[in-house]
Order: sequence, then structure tokens, then C-alpha cells
Amino acid sequence: MTVLVRLPQSLAVDAGGQHELAFDLAPPASLADLLDQIQALHPALGRRLRDETGAVRRFVNVYVGEDESRALNGLQTPVPADAVVLVAGSVAGG
Amino acid sequence: MRVAIGTRKGLWTAAGMPGDWAVSHPLKEMAEFASVAWLPMGDDRPPRLIVGARSWFWGPSVLISDDDGATWSEPEAGAVTFPPELGAAVERVWNLTPDTREPGRVWAGVEPHSLWKSVDGGSTFTLNQALWDHPHRKDWQPGAGGPAVHTIVPRPDEGMAIAMSTGGVYRSADSESGWEPANQGIKVLFAPDPYPAYGQCVHRIAMDAENPDLLYAQNHGGVYRSADAGTSWQPIMDGLPADFGFVVLAHPTRAGSAWVIPIDAGTMFPPEGRLRLWRTYDAGETWAEVGEGLPSDHYASVLRDAAHVIDLDGTAAIAFGTRNGSVYASVDEGETFDEVAQRLPDVLSVRASA
Repeated sequence: MTVLVRLPQSLAVDAGGQHELAFDLAPPASLADLLDQIQALHPALGRRLRDETGAVRRFVNVYVGEDESRALNGLQTPVPADAVVLVAGSVAGG
Repeated sequence: MRVAIGTRKGLWTAAGMPGDWAVSHPLKEMAEFASVAWLPMGDDRPPRLIVGARSWFWGPSVLISDDDGATWSEPEAGAVTFPPELGAAVERVWNLTPDTREPGRVWAGVEPHSLWKSVDGGSTFTLNQALWDHPHRKDWQPGAGGPAVHTIVPRPDEGMAIAMSTGGVYRSADSESGWEPANQGIKVLFAPDPYPAYGQCVHRIAMDAENPDLLYAQNHGGVYRSADAGTSWQPIMDGLPADFGFVVLAHPTRAGSAWVIPIDAGTMFPPEGRLRLWRTYDAGETWAEVGEGLPSDHYASVLRDAAHVIDLDGTAAIAFGTRNGSVYASVDEGETFDEVAQRLPDVLSVRASA
């Protein structure tokens, strides 16, 4: 199955200049599976999203469909076929 | 003279001499730069600029530039990353120290408390396992800024001293076989035992220009000297307007000579708003205020890594930055200072290069 990942401008540099990446995952797949594949194919991008322990960084939000993954089942959130996964920085700063 | 300036929200460089400074545009934005370093590259090549960056969103990085910040590189897998089996994650690179004993060797002091070594000019770093495995590590606590190794002092032999907050000073004969605490005589103001073997919040240490066994320490309360490479420490703060501060700089060539930048512990401002350095030429026996040209109505502190001294054609040149975004430089041993930059973000790190 194919999953589309949308990236903010600030991460495009770590994805070969692309704002959208498509990944083929074997179903059933979780968000961890998707992030593992990102890490394998785009290591610079992968470590922007997760730290060395595998945890999603504190101010990184990963939406699976309409919902932020922390409000679902975290890294174990199922990623359905044809899902769109949005990566965004938290609303923070000043 | 080049000056690298890391701030809470961006990176700058400056080049020039007193009265004629050119400050760059922001070389990097939307990240904090707790550590910067210039690595000499030899021949006619410009020094390599190495920076420890942290994006609040996307995490920490160590970046290198060989063209004064015009272009940057970083390994895809990152320069400083814990092996997954350790279950730890780099929060911030607090200090980058080129080691002149071997070309291309650079040390990094990192949060959480750890020490890392690069042998390829700062491109990649490996964890110092002996310090990571130290039985004291479970007892080291975070200072106000976080739990980090923040000061790295290579000796002329293969020995090293480091300082951390909190934990204090540790030393090693070769950096690999083991580390021992070296804090005897340094007072703790925030725990029941005023003189523990370790646990001090030593803010910065520096090594004398001629005698590697002579160390200076700016503690979280108190300025100290050790004549035996850290085996014991004696207070040397008599004559200073405040015993608190974050900075101690040792003269690059002159024995017994150092500077501190006193900060009032109650306000975190320079005493009476007078931003000044205090200099000793007798290893802390006496101190004298220096810094003509610095403001006397200044209400911000100077952080540990935001000050640096280098040998510039036989004299000491000093550059430092403040938490309210000013950078100053001196090319006459701190006697007089010139404003390099102003109205920058909170300055976290400053390093000079000839």
C-alpha cells in the first residue's frame, strides 16, 4: 500500500527538496513502520522526526489523517492504505 | 580577527579589528547555537567553523563550514548520536573544543552528561565510553541549563580535565582509561555537604598558559585555583566585586594570568551594572578591573561559552557576548573593548580566531 507523507518547508531540504514523499508499506502498518522506513530511506529526515531512542521529538506533530498521533495510539497508530500523513512543527516559539 | 557568534535564535560571524567590524547576515536562523568553534585547517585555508545547533522542533545538529558559513555539511546520520542500545538521546551540544595536540581532533561536551571525540575535523564524533560508564553518572544532576559536560581542557600530554554541571571537575590521564573527580576544596552552596568529592556546579575551568597543572575555576559561587592539576583547590576571589560568574579565561601565552567576568548572584547582572572583566597577572593573588569602553549600565550576564581569548600576534585578544545581544572585543589584553555587534538575540557562544 502507498502512504503519502507531507513535509513542512523546513524539512524539504532533508528529503531531497521534496515536500511530499510516497512510501510503500506492507499492510497492516503502524506509524512506527512508516517512520522506520523514512529513517532507512532518508536518514537525515528520520532523525529530525525522532531521537535516538525512537521517540517522536517533543515539538514534532505527526497527523495520521485528521488526528495527531499522540491523540491516537502514538507510534502504534495504524496507518491505513492511501493514508496521508502530515508532519508539522508544534505551534510554539517566539 | 574572526568572531563566531552563536545565539538563542541564529548564528552570525564578524570579521575585522577594533573600529572596523563587519558583521555577517544571519548565517543560520530558527535554531539556538550553544557551541561554536574555529578549527585551524593549515596552509592558506580559512579555519573550519563548527557549530552545535539545536532546533526546538527538529533536534540537535553539529554542522561544519569551510567557507565562513556560506555552505554547511552534516552527515545524513548526524554527527553526534547515541547508539540505540544506550537508550539515550542527544539534547544539546554545549561545547566544541578543537584539540591542537592532533590535527582534526575535536571534542564535544554534550547534554546528557557525555563527552565525545572527533578525529575527522568535527564531521563525526564517538562517545567517550569511560565517562559514560562512570559510576558517578547516576548522581550527576542538571544545572539550570541542563545536565551537560560543558568545559573541556586538553593538557599538553594526553591528559584532560572536564567540567560539568552539576558534577564538577573530572580528570583523566588519557581520556580513555578512566575519570576521577577533582573537586577537593571547591565549595558547594546548594547541598548539605559543602565539600563533597563531586557534585559541584563548576561553571568553567581554564588551564594556565605555561603550567598545565595550574588551573582556574569559576564556580557557582567562588573563584578557585589549583596548583596540582585539580587534586586540590584554593579560593582566589578576594578582591573581586562578586564571586559568582560563568566565565574564566586563561591567558594564551602569559603565565599566571587570567580573567573573570563577575556577575552578582542575586540579580544575574554585573555588579552595579558595570560590565567589566577582572584580570590577574599573579594567578589570583590580586585582581584589577579592566575593560575601558564597556558599559556601566548593563543589565545582563555573560554565559560560560560566550567568551574566548586567543593569542593575536603576541598579545591576548578577547571576545565575548552578552545575554542582551551585544558582542565586544579587545586586542590589548582586555584593557579596552570595542563593540562588535549589538541587538542580536541572547548570545550563547563566542569564539575568536586570528
